[in-house]
Amino acid sequence: MEALRRHKSMFLLPGLLTLALIIIFPLLFTIRVSFSGWNVSNPQLDFIGGANYATMLHDSRFWASIMRLVLLAGGTVLIQYVIGFGMALLVWREARGRRLWRVLFLVPMMTTPVVMAAIWQMIFHESLGPVNDLLGMLGLAEVPWLTESGPALVALMTVEVWQWTPFMFLLLLAGLLSLPKEPFMAAAIDGADAWRTFRKVTFPLMAPVSVAAIIIRLIEASKLSDSVYVLTSGGPGSSTETPGYYLYIQGLRDQQTGYSGAMSLTYLVLMIVTLTVVAALLARAFKLKGDS
Amino acid sequence: MRNGSYKGLVAAAIVVALTATACTGQDPVENKPDKPALFKPGSEISYSKYSKNYPKTKVKDVPGPCSYESISRKDYSGQTLKIISHAIPVIGEPTQLHAEQFEEITGANVEVINVPFGELHQKILTPLQAGQPAYDVMFYPSLWIGDMAPHLAPVPKKYLDTPGMKDVTKAYMDVATWDGKVVQYPVDGDRHYLKVRTDVLEDPKRQAAYKAATGKDLRTPRTWTEYQEIAAYFSGKDVDGDGKPNFGSAEVTKRDDLTFSAFISRAAPYVKHPDVEGGLFFDLESMKPLINTPGFVRALEDMVKAKSTWAPGGANFGLGDEILSFGGGQSVMSYSWDDAFIQAQQPDGTIRNKIGAAELPGSDEVYNRTTKAWDKKPNQAPYFTWGWTSAVAKAARNQNMAFDYLCFFSNEANTALDLTIGRFGVNPYRKAHFDADFWEQQGWDKDVAESYVRTLSGMESSTNRVFDLRVPGVNGYMSALANGVAAALAGQKAPQRALDDVAAEWERITDQIGKDKVRSAYRHVVALEDN
Repeated sequence: MEALRRHKSMFLLPGLLTLALIIIFPLLFTIRVSFSGWNVSNPQLDFIGGANYATMLHDSRFWASIMRLVLLAGGTVLIQYVIGFGMALLVWREARGRRLWRVLFLVPMMTTPVVMAAIWQMIFHESLGPVNDLLGMLGLAEVPWLTESGPALVALMTVEVWQWTPFMFLLLLAGLLSLPKEPFMAAAIDGADAWRTFRKVTFPLMAPVSVAAIIIRLIEASKLSDSVYVLTSGGPGSSTETPGYYLYIQGLRDQQTGYSGAMSLTYLVLMIVTLTVVAALLARAFKLKGDS
Repeated sequence: MRNGSYKGLVAAAIVVALTATACTGQDPVENKPDKPALFKPGSEISYSKYSKNYPKTKVKDVPGPCSYESISRKDYSGQTLKIISHAIPVIGEPTQLHAEQFEEITGANVEVINVPFGELHQKILTPLQAGQPAYDVMFYPSLWIGDMAPHLAPVPKKYLDTPGMKDVTKAYMDVATWDGKVVQYPVDGDRHYLKVRTDVLEDPKRQAAYKAATGKDLRTPRTWTEYQEIAAYFSGKDVDGDGKPNFGSAEVTKRDDLTFSAFISRAAPYVKHPDVEGGLFFDLESMKPLINTPGFVRALEDMVKAKSTWAPGGANFGLGDEILSFGGGQSVMSYSWDDAFIQAQQPDGTIRNKIGAAELPGSDEVYNRTTKAWDKKPNQAPYFTWGWTSAVAKAARNQNMAFDYLCFFSNEANTALDLTIGRFGVNPYRKAHFDADFWEQQGWDKDVAESYVRTLSGMESSTNRVFDLRVPGVNGYMSALANGVAAALAGQKAPQRALDDVAAEWERITDQIGKDKVRSAYRHVVALEDN
């Protein structure tokens, strides 16, 4: 019996080894690197104590990028949720061309983010892009999409929403399709109209899926960097710089390996704490909503 | 059972050995005897068989050790050459093309990795620092020499003695040299210069209108002040008569897309004093940054002012946008690398042969950092900005094959053809390239060809030149500079404040890398400038 158990546990070994290789070792190594002065001209795993962490505390660019990410991730995921839910409801029940719509809605998600951002860069191009042309035809003033802070943030959020709403749609549609029919039949028998059915039945039943979808998207959105790289390079100034992009600059381009290790660990801890709190709050909010 | 275990161990050892061999992918270095040449001396060379996108231009193979004829005698069959280069097309495309040709004529197996600009530095330097022979040949921007030099194999004498290498101009041989040794193999020559639409600036009617409006003569600007005045005058005017407005200036302004080079162009005449030696980015003795001194601040103030002369979106122009904006005729003037000029001269270009080249605008006064005062005197300071270079790693297993590849890459026939394909990013770097006739043969008007050649060759004779900050950690310094420039352009900081922050960041980087190490490298830059 003992031998059989040992034999079975061997099947776990490949998975555990992979986990150790791709997660645990890099994590431990990053922790060690973050206490070193490893940089472009000194690629040494020396020990400098918490100097990198002390520098990071005073790095206003890093903290500003974190605050900006809260706005970008929170804003885009909320919009994606609302639009994604709406789209899922549209094709949930019988609708003409339902299958076609479902596939079409998924196209943006299947496109490479860098390619997508490059296309959007042309769309928002202030001299050559069609957006300002359209605004001109409508008699509206041209918008400096990529050269002023506010419009640049809007442009970045538009790209994110456009690309990732289909993902939200997919999860929510799967959730809707798995809902039991009985509560809806009961609501119909009770004479509930569409809005009341949604508010009292559909939305509460979708709570677990909604929380999962929002958290998954928040995790993804917290890594936002590829669209920033292509669309604005973090500019104008540093007004669209996200932590992911700043880490790329410090770690990969300027090769401040030790310092970027400290920043990425701090960023990781912040994300874990924040997302855990957000998940708990969302679960409570949806539960309360469902109970009312 | 014992026998079974033994067989199992042997099998495992064979698997491990085969896997290790496969992973290293290294072939034994063999010096095979020469084989018969595949080309006759002086054969006609053309790229047309490789792609319909290449011009049908034919040139003669110039006899010499790097020619098609000589290199095709080499037998590198069964050997692998690993090359890392920039993404296609800029320098990446000629790397691929010449790798394919090199394979054909020598039998070598050439593996080319093309990576985006942002990843190139790290992808090259990390294995070099670890002493791993990840790549034999590397193509990268020449300003990284401070980081790369300790890991590079000096160019052997037999290659330095080739006619092609002897013809490289002194400035570009200097760029390739570190501590008295040539460690980079020149394949490109870059500088920033001014490009103007002569159909606008030399049009008598416009000259009269400009005189009436401003009281000044309309001409190719000689100072940044004139540049601003002319750019402002033409911004918003429809000079093409196509119903769309044109703009005064196109500049590289996107933060992480080479803005630092554009800023150095603007700062050069304000900060490079012909009578003051000892560095313009740092005080060589104290290594105190000079980036926030009045000359640099003036240049940044100019750049902020220039925003009004840029096309919509001009504050987010990468190099590609700048090329299209001037090359397509949208902007009347521009300054940066050759690309926009070559783009404008493409056969289907709307402003082909309606443009001219000139040295970068200068200034009416120059800041003297020793007296801490502005000296009222006209000043010009050509900027030899970074271009593409190549090198062979010290750890390369077959250095002969690696240098033969570079020798072939830059032979006279290949270079002549590469120069005519704008997207390749190969620009004049040999004396033979400063020949107006060659460019006239490409369909350029005499005036255009002469202004181009005169501008480029004129920079060679200057004694008041500016070079990049070629020190270890240059990416960090330039990243901080670009961030400061971008903050000022975005209105987030005043120019002085933005550059004060850059200076503080530079001090931090210098302390981190080591003052002596940076100073030692910076001496090389200063030696180039104080020529």
